[in-house]
Parts: sequence; structure tokens; C-alpha cells
Amino acid sequence: MDLQVIARNLEFMAGGLVVTFEITAVALAGGLLWGILLGLGRLSRIPWIYYPVTVYVHFFRSQPLILVIFWFYFLVPVMTGKPLGAFVSTLIAFVAFEAAYFAEIVRGGVQSVSGGQAAAGYSCGLRYHQVQLYIILPQALRNMLPALTTQAVVIFQDTSLAYVIGLREFLRRVNLVDTREARSIELYLFAGTVYLVLCFLGSAAARRLERRREVSLS
Amino acid sequence: MLHYDFDWSVLWRHPYGKMLLQGVWTTVHLSLLAWAIALPVGVAIALCRIMPCRAARLVGGAYVETLRNIPLLVQLFFWYFAVPSLLPGKTERWLYANVRDLSYVLGVLALGTYTAARVAEAVRSGLLAVPAGQFRAALSTGLSPAGTYRHVILPYALRVVIPLLSTEFLTCFKNSSLAMTIGVMETTGMANYIDSFTFHGLETTTAASLVYLLTSLSVIVLMGRIESKMRIPGMIARES
Repeated sequence: MDLQVIARNLEFMAGGLVVTFEITAVALAGGLLWGILLGLGRLSRIPWIYYPVTVYVHFFRSQPLILVIFWFYFLVPVMTGKPLGAFVSTLIAFVAFEAAYFAEIVRGGVQSVSGGQAAAGYSCGLRYHQVQLYIILPQALRNMLPALTTQAVVIFQDTSLAYVIGLREFLRRVNLVDTREARSIELYLFAGTVYLVLCFLGSAAARRLERRREVSLS
Repeated sequence: MLHYDFDWSVLWRHPYGKMLLQGVWTTVHLSLLAWAIALPVGVAIALCRIMPCRAARLVGGAYVETLRNIPLLVQLFFWYFAVPSLLPGKTERWLYANVRDLSYVLGVLALGTYTAARVAEAVRSGLLAVPAGQFRAALSTGLSPAGTYRHVILPYALRVVIPLLSTEFLTCFKNSSLAMTIGVMETTGMANYIDSFTFHGLETTTAASLVYLLTSLSVIVLMGRIESKMRIPGMIARES
């Protein structure tokens, strides 16, 4: 065991952790916004909204994230006409992919709000988007909070997959240090511990939210 | 719009067509082998987690929490880069000399042990769903605790969690794509590999996407059938 290797390269690897957090934040915010729209689309009674959205959600949920990352890596330059680099295409891939998972969480959350709430909203003269925005979504989001926290932890772990297109996030940097220093055991144990501690905190937060919700429901 | 010449013939032209098929086949047996590890290990861990013995519960809980909170890619790299060098020098040399597809074997082990943690959580939720009265009723008929689990609790719990397990299998199937990072040429890896010769990554990636899509659809249809057959009478059927 040579723990010096970690101390020597700590700054470089910490820089990767910043990138990891950046991707997580964008994927979380963008994926949630896009996911709310998709989730409402999944509940829509209008066929030309319901069917395309359902196909979108099922398609992305059937794909491995790694493949989606490749997809956008190849596709984004073709569509925009210029290469945008690994970081931007990773962000697009994450938002598109995670939104499909958020859509199902949102759908579950909205369905957990009692139907009378929407009816009451309409009877006050509110329109569809007002009912959703001011009545349904605030309650649904509160119910979804534990599931959303869990998904945030999943996204945080998933960012490591950006490794495959050479994005220098945390795991890629650990890997780069390893190729130079040849200290696999120490470095991967270190990487594992960092992820474990951070994700464990996230999971613990999710469990606490879940318990608090159970208490408030009973 | 950047100029991009689509050339779909890359999907069947020699030798790429055969390579793609090989990739798909690797994905299939890689994920099935990993599943063959994940299912028994996962059930064992789930049983550990509900045992009266505190040590067993701790071990089971630690296993699940650790493996679920570390990204699969990190675990894969650990197995691939670190585990062989943790072994005694003689064993390590023997491994590198005699195991032809070491990255494949380590990939199966990494994916299998990781999926086991997820399976354990699914099975545990099923075990907790078994009404406590069943356990007491079985004991009162003279079955030993082990026999109760073997003949009453587990068959019940496993049938309850079939939908969850089919989701987990699909996750395992999709996760097998990560093995490409340690050089296992499965579907995604092959699609990417062919791109490096032909620069037709969009076509090969599309083909790979279709493979995953069709597999998911067929597993969902198949499991739907199995589910309705294995359904416990008197329980609310899953709406579909």
C-alpha cells in the first residue's frame, strides 16, 4: 500500500470530481424539467402527445446509457454542423436519457395526487397549465422527493460512464493517474471509497425523506 | 448540417456483419452468466438480511450498501486492474498464462456480484411482503425454520418479485455494455470498434440500439406471460 500516490495526485483528481458534480447538476436540472414535460405527456389523453412521448420514454429506458452517450457523441456534430466536444454532448445525452426515468417518477408522483384536486382547480376556472403548475405539481413533487433523491444518486454514479468518450471526470482522472503511477489497488479503492461515501450520504438522505413522508401521511 | 454519408451496408458487409453478430452473442452469454451468479447470490444475501442472527444481517447489509453505492464502472476497473494483483504472485501468473479471456471472466464476476446486490434488494422486498402468519402457520405444521423458508416463504416471495426480477435482468443486460471498457467485445464495444475502421459510428450505434430495444421488448413480453402464469391466486394482478 502506498497512500502517497493519492496525496500526490489529489488536486488533479479533485478537479475531476468538480466535473462529475457539474454533469450531475445539469443532468438533474435539465432531466427533471424535460422529465416533467414528458411525464405530463405520458398522462395526456391527446393521442399525438401520448404515443410519441411513450415511445420516447420506453426507447430510452431500453437503452444502456453508455450507448446513448456514444449516440450523441456521433450525432451532435452531424446535427449542429460543428463538433461541440465531449462535455456538451455528454450533457445532452444525460438530459435526454435521465428525462425518460424522471418522466416515470413524475407520472407516479402526479398519479399519487388525488383526482379531486384537479377537479377543484378546474372548477375555480383555472386552465390546464395552471392546474398542473399551481396545484398538482407542487404536491406531486413533494411526494416524489425520496424517489428524486435516489435518482440523483444514480445519476451521480452514472456520470462515471462519460469515461468512454474520454471526458475527464473523476473516474477518468483516477484512470489517468493509474496509467502513470501503476497503483491500481490504492487508486481504485480510493475512487470506490469516494463514491461510496458520497452516494451513501445521498441514499441516507433519501431514506430520511421517505420516513418523514411516511410520518406525515400517517 | 454537417455532411455525413450514410452507408448502411457497413452492417452486413464482410467482415463487419459477422463482427456485429459476434458482439450481440457476447452480450447475450455475458449477461446470462452474470445473471446465473446474481440470482443465487442475491437470494442468499436477501436471506442473510432477514435472519435473526445480527452478524448475518450486518454482512448482508454491508454487501448491498457497498456494491450499490459504488458505480459499476469503478467495480469493473477494480476487478480488472486490482484483483489479479491482489492474488499471490503464482496464482496471478497462472491466471494471465492460462485464462484466455481473463477480461471476460472478470467482467462476468463484476457484473454478477453487482447485480446480486440489486437482486438482493428486490428479493428482500418480496420476503418482507410475505405475511408473518405464513411463517407461524408453517412452523406450527412441524416444519423446521429452514424448511419453512425452503418450502413456504421463498416460493411465495420469489413469485411476488418476478416483475422486479425481470426489470433487474434487463438492467443487467444493459449493464453488460460496460464490459467494453475492459476490452470485452460485446454489442456496444463492437459498434464502437467498427466505427474506428469505417467512421460509420452512427449506423453501427443505431444497429446496437435496435438490438437492445428488441431484447427489452421480447423480455417484457416473455416475462408478462410467465408472470401471469406464476401469479398467486387472489392477489391483485399488475395492470397491463
